[in-house]
This record gives sequence, structure tokens and C-alpha cells, in this order.
Amino acid sequence: MAKIEIKNVTKSFIDPDGKIMNAVKKTSLTVNDGEVVVIIGPSGSGKSTLLRTVNLLGAPDTGSILFDGVDITKNNADTRKLREEVGMVFQQFNLFPHLTVLDNITLAPIKVKKMKKDEAEKLAMELLNKVGLADKANSHPNQLSGGQQQRVAIARALAMKPKAMLFDEPTSALDPEMIKEVLDVMLSLAKEGMTMLLVTHEMGFAKAAADKIVFMDHGEIIEESSPEEMFSNPKSERTRDFLQHIL
Amino acid sequence: MKDFEKMPVKEEKPNHPTITMTDGVLIPKKGNKRILSSWMMTFIGAIALLLFLIIFKADPYRKIFFFVIKGTPTTFEITIAAIIGAVIIGTLTGIGSVSNNRLITSLCGVYVELIRGIPLLVQLMFLYFALGSIIHMEGNIAAIVALSICFGAYMGEIVRAGIQAIPKGQTEAATALGLTKAQTFMHVILPQTIKIVLPAIGNEFISMLKDSSLVSVLALSDILKKGREYISRTFLSLQTMLIVALIYLIFTLVLSRLVGLMEERLHKNG
Repeated sequence: MAKIEIKNVTKSFIDPDGKIMNAVKKTSLTVNDGEVVVIIGPSGSGKSTLLRTVNLLGAPDTGSILFDGVDITKNNADTRKLREEVGMVFQQFNLFPHLTVLDNITLAPIKVKKMKKDEAEKLAMELLNKVGLADKANSHPNQLSGGQQQRVAIARALAMKPKAMLFDEPTSALDPEMIKEVLDVMLSLAKEGMTMLLVTHEMGFAKAAADKIVFMDHGEIIEESSPEEMFSNPKSERTRDFLQHIL
Repeated sequence: MKDFEKMPVKEEKPNHPTITMTDGVLIPKKGNKRILSSWMMTFIGAIALLLFLIIFKADPYRKIFFFVIKGTPTTFEITIAAIIGAVIIGTLTGIGSVSNNRLITSLCGVYVELIRGIPLLVQLMFLYFALGSIIHMEGNIAAIVALSICFGAYMGEIVRAGIQAIPKGQTEAATALGLTKAQTFMHVILPQTIKIVLPAIGNEFISMLKDSSLVSVLALSDILKKGREYISRTFLSLQTMLIVALIYLIFTLVLSRLVGLMEERLHKNG
């Protein structure tokens, strides 16, 4: 079970000039168990900010987030437990450059879950097989291509056996020819029934895998519907405008 | 009003964070032909001159050399002990400087500013003479303590810069995986910081070797003090100081090349 409920969440930042910027305005969104929800929208629309509130990397200012019915924004909530259960993949991969691929994957299981080293390595090898990089176990991240790094990053997140996964523009930093290998891994995850919340510009992926697409602009959710609806018959003018520009 | 977070700044792919420190000596590396060739010329020149003096002008240079060189163990003992002290103090200061605790940050800041604003020679004399009247301190202990405290401040700045050079994404990735702050620091930030600051620490070591000559005012028999002893016995000031200078120069040049080699190696291994 993994259900994410974002309720009336707001998040503001102070920009370098000291002005307050409302990145996310009173926004609610629900991701049901096993669902794949894709957030789209122009840059600066608050997509990543909203995504990052879910594992409290950028905790919301107001509102609440429920994970499996438990309010994780309460003061006494177990943030670390939440982060064990929600994996995250970043635009810039953020692999640990001083560790081998294998050690990147086993670090958290060993340190956080107190898993035995050989057990963690066995798990890591299984995951590397899954993302097609078993032969790279002893390489360092800087010896891998961007696409390979991102696949390792996915394996690293999966090693914590998360109930849900967050993807923050996972293919935006990749060269075009490497996007597919990453999307394939994500597609297979979606097929396995992983609960996923993504920010992406890959409309092909959204069409193929998403149960729901959310269009955000200026910190608000403008429209929320199934892929078919969204792409063939967008309700709002702004959505139509945006889709016209990217499709 | 509520305290909002600062706006996150998107970082450009910072795969090889590096910091440059310009104090101390120039580090000759393969990549920098200009420094490498001037290093080579100076090194060969210094060695040739020293050998020439010792072999062909044995009187008085050979005697001077073998007398002065006896100061080497003291110079190195003090330098090595003090660099260890400075690394410990510097690591603590550097970590303190990036701490979330305002009090600790300010303390570290004041320490760094205070120490950097006072000449090392004054610090040495202060510790030895002023504090020496309250607590008795051996000359070599005073020297090591003073050098550690002084270089610890510079080292603290190096460590702070090193920690801050690690992309924020590293902390975020570790946090997202459920690692605690301490675990993130130990397993993700610190190992990468060490790699970044190692060359700068090597550089500080060389500066320290040179500045350790100041401890000769504390009546410690380092290279410079040995030279001064010899002068007071023979009045051969120019000849003696020439040898002293050559010895320091050769040590410094060898060490700077070693640091250069270390940097080359670190880069090769990513």
C-alpha cells in the first residue's frame, strides 16, 4: 500500500532580492496505490517544489501531506521512516562520485536499514541486473554515461525497497539518445505496479504509463485528467497553449 | 512572518568541484608548463649550487652545511606535529563554520578572523612569553601549539570551502535515502571533502615548513637557529645564510612537486 495525499500545500521561497515567491499555492493532489501520476507544466511553475514536499526535502509551509493516511508534516512524524519508503530520483542523478556503483547502491541499505553487507550486495546486483548494468558494479559514476548514471540512481533508490517513487525531471539532463534507456526502466517499474509521482517533459512516457496527468502553472494545478483527456481535449486555455508548444 | 527557505539555486553539473588557494607556494603540475619549467630551473639551479659549494668550496661551506643540516629533524618534527594539530583544529573549525548552530558558527568565525589578523611571530612570542609566565611550556610545545592554532585557522577556511564545494545534490540524495545528518556527513560529504582539500593541505604543509623558521626565536634548534648559532661562532653570516636558504629552498621545491604529483593522481582517479 502506498497512497500519497497532498492537501492544501503551500510553499514559498525568498528570492535573492528578498522578495517572497509563492512557488506552490494551496495545492491538493492524490496519488493512489499503484498509480502513476505525471506533473507537467512550464518551468518555474512549481512542479519540482510540489514533488519535493512529498519526502520533505522541501517541507511545505502550510497544508499537510498524508502517506498511507499518516500525516507526515506533523512535528512528531518519523521523517526518516518516510524517506526509507519513498525513493527519489533527481535530474542531476546525484550519485556519490567517491563510491563505486555497487557502494552507491548498498550505502543506504547498510547504514539505514542495517542490512548485512553481503545481503545488500546481493540485492544491489539484482537491481543492477534489472536496470541492465550488472557489468558496471565496480565502476565509478564518472566512468558511466548520463543514462547509465540515472539507471544506477534508480537502482539506488529501489534498494531501499520503497513503496513509492518520486522522479524529478529524470531525463532532462540526458542526451537524447540516452533518454529511452531510462524511460524503459521507468516503464517497467510502472508496469510492476510501483506508485509513482513524476515531473517530466516526456509526453510519450506520460501517454504510455500515466494514470493521471496534472498540469501546473504559476504554482497551481490548472487541470488534472487522464492522458487521453489531457492530450486530446484539454479543458483550459493555458493547458492547450502549453501542450501546443511542446507537442 | 514565517521564515521561508531561500530560493534553491539550480547548480550547473559540478562533477569536479575544486577550490584554489593562492597562499603558500606554486604547485608544479603536468598541466601547467610555465610553473613546471620554472620549478625545474630553480630546483636544478639550487641543487647544482649547493653541490658546487659543498664539493669545490669545502671550506667553509661543507662545514656550514653539515652543521646547519642538523636542524632538519627539529624543523620537520615541529612541522609535522603542527600540521597534524592544524588539521584537527581546522577540521573542527571547518565543520563548525557550516554548522546550523549560530553560536558555533560565530565562535569559529571569530577564531579565524582573530588568528588571521595577528602575525604568526607575534602569536608565537605571545604564547611563549606571555602565557609562559602563567603556564610553563617547553619551547617545542609552545611552537607546535602556536603553529597548530595559527594554521588551524587557515585550515578551517580550507575545510569550510571544501565542504561547501560539494554540490547540494549530494546531501539531498543522501537525505532522500534516509541517511541521518551525521551519516550523510561521514559517508558522503567528508570523503569527498578530503579529496578536495588534500592538495590545499599539502600546500599549507609547505607554508608551515617555511614559517616554522620563526620558532628559532623560541630557542629551538631548527635549521635557521643552527645557522644563527654558526654565525655567532664564526661570523660567516653571508655564507651561512646562503646555505640555510638553499636548504629551505630545496625542501620546499621537493615538497611542492610532491603535492603536484598527488594532485595529478587525485585527478586521474576521478
